[in-house]
Amino acid sequence: MAGTRQIHTLSVEASTEHLAEVRDFVADHAKNIGLNQKIISEIRLAVDEAYTNIIKHAYDNNATEKVSIEIGSDDDQLWITLIDNGKSFDPDSYSEPDLMRRIKEKKRGGMGVYLIRKVMDQVQYNRKGKSNEIRMVKNL
Amino acid sequence: MKNFSIATRQNQNVSILDISGELDAHTASQLENALKSLIDNENYSIVVNCSGLDYIASAGLGVFMAYIEDVRSLGGDIKLTDMNDRVYNVFDLLGFPTLYDILDSEQEALHSFND
Repeated sequence: MAGTRQIHTLSVEASTEHLAEVRDFVADHAKNIGLNQKIISEIRLAVDEAYTNIIKHAYDNNATEKVSIEIGSDDDQLWITLIDNGKSFDPDSYSEPDLMRRIKEKKRGGMGVYLIRKVMDQVQYNRKGKSNEIRMVKNL
Repeated sequence: MKNFSIATRQNQNVSILDISGELDAHTASQLENALKSLIDNENYSIVVNCSGLDYIASAGLGVFMAYIEDVRSLGGDIKLTDMNDRVYNVFDLLGFPTLYDILDSEQEALHSFND
């Protein structure tokens, strides 16, 4: 199956109402190309966290905005890209969460990026004109 | 919200929350309301039975983080039980097992409260 390359796209409003649909969208693609349950769970989590961050931070919960999601794969890699037109994310501002400190300070959140980096092999942020793009890659 | 549900039971002085389905940024508020309501009613010994939980994202973990200090400072605890491996893995990635009592069964949690 050398050179087999499949890409699917989904455009959804930026609302947590669509989280289950977004997770199922990437899981369906992964199932169709025969990936195992562990990888499917990991990419469901990664797309959930990335999409949730866009809703909360790029768009400040404005559900009229749109997020475009692409999933693709070839023989070696699976990639998921999310594109929004909201506020940009500074990847340098990210740090590994100190769970104990967050609990003491009653802070929640800020764990999504860490989880994405844990379950995916590569994560890149790009600002293209007025759009933000996060591209997450899983080696197969 | 069809993909998440929550129910509360009481076993002597311990309150048990049965959670099932998918816990994400959309459904986390249901868990938050249930926990708040227990705490408001002075129920501080809490078991969250996760046997029906198929999925958790960081928004769900955030709810447990927000209340654990209050509950412990009031002499109680939030113990988590009956997780499947996929759900446990997410808790584990963030280091929860060192800070939370995560047990195999509800029975164990009930015993540990009553010891």
